[in-house]
Amino acid sequence: MSSNKKYWKSVEELNENSSIVETLKQNEFVEEIPTDKFLGDKDTLEATSTTRRDFLKYVGFSTAAASLAACEGPVKKSIPYVVQPTEIIPGVANYYATTIADGFDFASVLVKTREGRPIKIQNNTIAATNGSANARVNASVLGLYDSLRVQGPKKAGESISWDAFDSETSQKLTNAAAASKTIVLLTQTFASPSTSKLISEFKEKYGNVRHVVYDAVSESAALDAYQAKYNERGLANYDFAKAMTIVSVGADFLGDWQGGGFDTGYSKNRVPDHGKMSRHVQFESNMTLTGANADKRVPLTPTQQKLALAKLYSLVTGNNVSVNGLPEKVEAAIKSAASQLKKAGSNGVVITGIQDVNAQTVALEINEALASKAFDKTAPIKTRQGSDAAVTKLVADMKAGNVGALIMSGVNPVYSLANASDFAEGLKNVDLSVAFSLKADETSTLTNYLAAAPHYLESWGDVEFKKGHYGLIQPTIRPLFDTRQFQDALLKWTGNDVSYHDYIKEAWGTDILGGSSFNKALHDGTFVGTIATETEETADASEEAEAPSGNAANTLASSVNSGSGLELTLYTKIGMGDGQQANNPWLQEFPDPITRASWDNYLTVSKADADALGLINHHVANGALNGSYAKVTVNGVSVTAPVMIQPGQAKGSFGLALGYGKTLGLKTEMQTGVNAYALYQNFNTVQDVTIEKAAGEHEFASVQLHNTLMGRGDIIKETNLEIFNTKDKKYWNAVPTVSLNHEPVPITSPEVDLWDGFDRSIGHHFNLSVDLNACTGCGACVIACHVENNVPVVGKTEVRRSRDMHWLRIDRYYSSEESFEGDNTKKDDISGLGSSLSEFGEMENASENPQVAFQPVMCQHCNHAPCETVCPVAATSHGRQGQNHMAYNRCVGTRYCANNCPYKVRRFNWFLYNGNDEFDYHMNDDLGRMVLNPDVVVRSRGVMEKCSMCIQMTQKTILDAKRDGREIKDGEFQTACSAACSSGAMSFGDINDKESKVAELLEDNRMYHLLESVGTKPNVQYQTKVRNTTEA
Amino acid sequence: MASHYEAPIRRPLVTGEKSYHDVTVDVARPVEGRANKQWWIVFSIALAAFLWGIGCIIYTISTGIGTWGLNKTVGWAWDITNFVWWVGIGHAGTLISAVLLLFRQKWRMAINRSAEAMTIFSVIQAGLFPIIHMGRPWLGYWVLPIPNQFGSLWVNFNSPLLWDVFAISTYLSVSMVFWWTGLLPDFAMLRDRAIKPFQKKIYSLLSFGWSGRAKDWQRFEEVSLVLAGLATPLVLSVHTIVSFDFATSVIPGWHTTIFPPYFVAGAVFSGFAMVNTLLIIMRKVCSLEDYITVQHIELMNIVIMITGSIVGVAYITELFIAWYSGVEYEQYAFLNRATGPYWWAYWAMMTCNVFSPQFMWFKKLRTSIMFSFFISIVVNIGMWFERFVIIVTSLHRDYLPSSWTMFSPTFVDIGIFIGTIGFFFVLFLLYARTFPVIAQAEVKTILKSSGERYKKIRERGDSLVGTGTDARTSGDNNKETKN
Repeated sequence: MSSNKKYWKSVEELNENSSIVETLKQNEFVEEIPTDKFLGDKDTLEATSTTRRDFLKYVGFSTAAASLAACEGPVKKSIPYVVQPTEIIPGVANYYATTIADGFDFASVLVKTREGRPIKIQNNTIAATNGSANARVNASVLGLYDSLRVQGPKKAGESISWDAFDSETSQKLTNAAAASKTIVLLTQTFASPSTSKLISEFKEKYGNVRHVVYDAVSESAALDAYQAKYNERGLANYDFAKAMTIVSVGADFLGDWQGGGFDTGYSKNRVPDHGKMSRHVQFESNMTLTGANADKRVPLTPTQQKLALAKLYSLVTGNNVSVNGLPEKVEAAIKSAASQLKKAGSNGVVITGIQDVNAQTVALEINEALASKAFDKTAPIKTRQGSDAAVTKLVADMKAGNVGALIMSGVNPVYSLANASDFAEGLKNVDLSVAFSLKADETSTLTNYLAAAPHYLESWGDVEFKKGHYGLIQPTIRPLFDTRQFQDALLKWTGNDVSYHDYIKEAWGTDILGGSSFNKALHDGTFVGTIATETEETADASEEAEAPSGNAANTLASSVNSGSGLELTLYTKIGMGDGQQANNPWLQEFPDPITRASWDNYLTVSKADADALGLINHHVANGALNGSYAKVTVNGVSVTAPVMIQPGQAKGSFGLALGYGKTLGLKTEMQTGVNAYALYQNFNTVQDVTIEKAAGEHEFASVQLHNTLMGRGDIIKETNLEIFNTKDKKYWNAVPTVSLNHEPVPITSPEVDLWDGFDRSIGHHFNLSVDLNACTGCGACVIACHVENNVPVVGKTEVRRSRDMHWLRIDRYYSSEESFEGDNTKKDDISGLGSSLSEFGEMENASENPQVAFQPVMCQHCNHAPCETVCPVAATSHGRQGQNHMAYNRCVGTRYCANNCPYKVRRFNWFLYNGNDEFDYHMNDDLGRMVLNPDVVVRSRGVMEKCSMCIQMTQKTILDAKRDGREIKDGEFQTACSAACSSGAMSFGDINDKESKVAELLEDNRMYHLLESVGTKPNVQYQTKVRNTTEA
Repeated sequence: MASHYEAPIRRPLVTGEKSYHDVTVDVARPVEGRANKQWWIVFSIALAAFLWGIGCIIYTISTGIGTWGLNKTVGWAWDITNFVWWVGIGHAGTLISAVLLLFRQKWRMAINRSAEAMTIFSVIQAGLFPIIHMGRPWLGYWVLPIPNQFGSLWVNFNSPLLWDVFAISTYLSVSMVFWWTGLLPDFAMLRDRAIKPFQKKIYSLLSFGWSGRAKDWQRFEEVSLVLAGLATPLVLSVHTIVSFDFATSVIPGWHTTIFPPYFVAGAVFSGFAMVNTLLIIMRKVCSLEDYITVQHIELMNIVIMITGSIVGVAYITELFIAWYSGVEYEQYAFLNRATGPYWWAYWAMMTCNVFSPQFMWFKKLRTSIMFSFFISIVVNIGMWFERFVIIVTSLHRDYLPSSWTMFSPTFVDIGIFIGTIGFFFVLFLLYARTFPVIAQAEVKTILKSSGERYKKIRERGDSLVGTGTDARTSGDNNKETKN
């Protein structure tokens, strides 16, 4: 179609008689094309090698190529931002400070988001309180992308709209109020000032409202004791950084005791400084992380613990308490502990985990008597507020039909109550039941309404960790689903139109901030206030609190009925906690720091009891661990659990972890273990129990199958404080030597080095230091590494085949003699074949009450890496900055490098772990994949992988500094593990920066390299473990 | 080159009064005749095993190495055990054909053809494993130093695994050429006897136009000698390099300087055992008892006995050095080897490899066909265990006890191993039906000196003149064969 449009070509056209225009009209090309000249030049034409045939070939090829290229390739549709958000730059991470407060874990965290997706949880280092994320908190980001989350409100299993939900529930609430039936809010511990305020408003509106706080794992006894003594419902707050002598009777304070989070302070005094470090004595029945870190650990049954605490009280305070029935050895240990405490005076602290109001009172009284500096009475911990009595009363009321409406949030009582069936029955008598839940779980599937709740990364909120110590919760992503948080619903029900965000802002403005900026508090995620807020008086909790008797210690001592039988101690695992995150594959695969078993809970049994009951553990042909089953009966309620023989378990005591055995709201693979809540009767973690051997054998998935160190003292070097303070380094941390011309020469000296060294003085040279004294073995680094580096989850059967993929593992060793020193001596004393045979055999078995040592092991980034020389295709090679690189694309998968690695840190992709239905974990569903770190490649099958020293993080730091034109400060370089380590055990940095901490640590007397005698020259340092074994 | 005189005290190498034509007929018989029922049965079994093995390999490559029993600590097990085992078996062929040629050991002539065939077939099995044990075998060509477009990427010449690539491929190609060279006159013999045009065509292609002229023979001899010279160092180098896979590592139990001679001795040991296994059956099935005599078997038994003892000394030396070194990891590795969870593998190895060959000191036993066969099987089992012991028991408990674990094979591991045995026998059985299994041209060169018939003639003091003629070939029926 012709067009009459005329286009301007130049201004010259304005001039009608322009000769230029005329010329251009006639002549399309301004300059003459020299065709004639070209064709006329015969010589050139003949000299050219392009013949006519060639020309045609080229034309033919070009045509074909052009037409092929014009074919449409696969089109991937992506939607660009219509309006580019200013804060999101593709490839650059944004960080938001927020707080996790799921009722069990409370922590100030920093959330890393990429392109709007939260992908990692980090410690909020500016938070004064609870600024450290444990393994569960690190893993909690995956809960956001859980494909089994409830995606919208439901009524009896059918989806409804929020409008319908609102009108129906409001109506029913009004009816209930009108019928003067009780409305009950059954919630987790929110520890939230705004929520408390909101609930009181809700109470005002509906009148007969009761707020019952329910902690799945209750600390009610400690709360009651504290309330009785200090007239305030909270938990005693201890700062172990101020304690030099710590005596714990059954308190797993490095685990989840009273909300956890004590490890940061604890670790501070564990590193010898100016010849001093804290002394830690632990009396306990299960082998806990805390006991494993103790300088002295005394295994006691729960009954004996009570007696021991009473005895300790009597010895420390001088008030006479008659205590009978403790073995002599234990008495001696208590006496020694008491004298150490008295010597320490206000530097001492005593804590207890016995769920008994008298026991808790005794601990408080001892600390009072000591005037313990570690005990901070001004700021009690608020993160547990549950009341056993209130929950018990509620169940009774529900059964009696007195409850008109039950609104639940953050709780799953049908799963976590011992009398869950009573609760479920009672639920039928309630006219209106609503559960705010992330999942269609055991409880929310039984309620009338399931209100889809948002993940904490999609919510607003506030938390008061301790009196006056606050945290703010802010969303890091727009809610993925059609969800509404409990507080927003309360606002709706109270007829308030403001959003919860505005509500918090207002509440903070009037009650908390005292003039400080809300935006600053929100930015920091943490705030320490001067105005004290009143803790909400939840119904029943205060009134029905159990009061300790006047003479707590005497009552405690006499409460023990002597000769009681076997006792079960229920505990929570570092990985699973109370079980809310059971659908998190990272946590399922997270090996328990003590038993190193993943994907399971089990009955821990002492060797003596196991032998008596005929329970066994044995290894099958591929090394995997099998165990008998045992029927565990408490007051007629039985569960059948697999048996794990646990060194250090007090004879006559048994342990079983809560948080497993969930059946609803999680994938089949995650339905692991047995539900121990059924045995958690009357909210008591200690139960009288009968154990019987049951038929069958359980298959464990354990990542460590050999428990002892076999006297290999150069793997974990350790000494005691006395030797450390008085003797030369040579004595306790000698560099191994080799013989050169019949002279011993240190292995590190260049004379005995077969290799040509590189000049490492230019640029960065990274080192990672691991302090075995500060490391508690908590495993936060393991999960952080998993998250940062897209490490695949392989599942129970594969872990069982020793194919776990963890780039960073924390080895746990038991001593075979009473101490590791004893092991070393025993090994050194071996002479002759007969003695080798028998004694090495003995050393394979752990002692009854062993010493325990933890050692985080990741790729050691050897400067003389055995893996690098053996790869036929040079897929692994050394970097200028000290890292041992792994080029996944180049790897053909011979596994030679892994075989030749003395540290066994290399992990092979045995299968395709992503995009494979056989592995139904987060990497295989569209939602779960959102958590992947875009900076780290997802490895394919057949490829070796391993720790990269988080090269994506160090490179980012370098590039940022380069762009800003500044030098990099010490502490800027971090790896995922070092950033996650809140105990200060891991330091990462550049040793070419002589001022850096890690360069200083390299010169430290305690520094050694793992398997130095092999001559690999690693870039990971370990600091010798010093034990404070001196008995005062 | 063959002198026509040999001391009467030497036992004849070809028994049964064989004439030149008898040799031809005896060697051509299996090729020209029809396969019997036993052959078909054995071949079917071997083929089934081979197909099963292929199935397992396909499963491995399509699903991943995870189908095997390996784990984070034990990264090699049956794969490399099988590899080293097959390479070791492949050693006897070259030793017999090249080293014994240079040493003028004439008894090799009856067995070198099959020994070399065995070598080639077993090296093919061996070569499979380094490829399929890779996580990404489709990229296996990256181990070759070929010019590429990946930038400056090149192979890592420090890696013993790369040396393996060169060692094995060189060994395979040289053995192949050597074997084929020797086959030329024999293929020509088959070609000349063939009646069916297709057969004739094939054998004329295979014999590369051998014409039997003096020049052909001269070149043949020259090439044989040169190739023997080339192949001899390979006998030592191949297994030396295979042993470097372990010896250059840092793993206790692998990091051992004794490995090269120890591996070579072990390889010759297992190779001769496999030759014995195969030939004891073949001499019976193909009626070649007159060529592969008890004397041959006895001589091979002596080699087995000597190399077995060398291997035994190596085992004991290892234990001694572990103790003497004072290195605790080394000491424990060997203690664990002998008394740890895999003690049964170690003692199976010791019994089969060190103890059982000592029976060969007794003449009665080493000349017993049945006993030789039994011991040859025992030795092959023992040598498989030797490699398993070295690889698995060293890896499963190395430096850090936290990583200690065990290994147990899956059906795929086992299936692939059985598959290679099947593949090996498929090739060998096909070879036995289509190739001249004895180097008849060479045997004929010693017939007059070492053949029983001629020895007897000479003993009688008769002249050898005209004794080579045969009524069946000379076409002159009137001429009586002189005895």
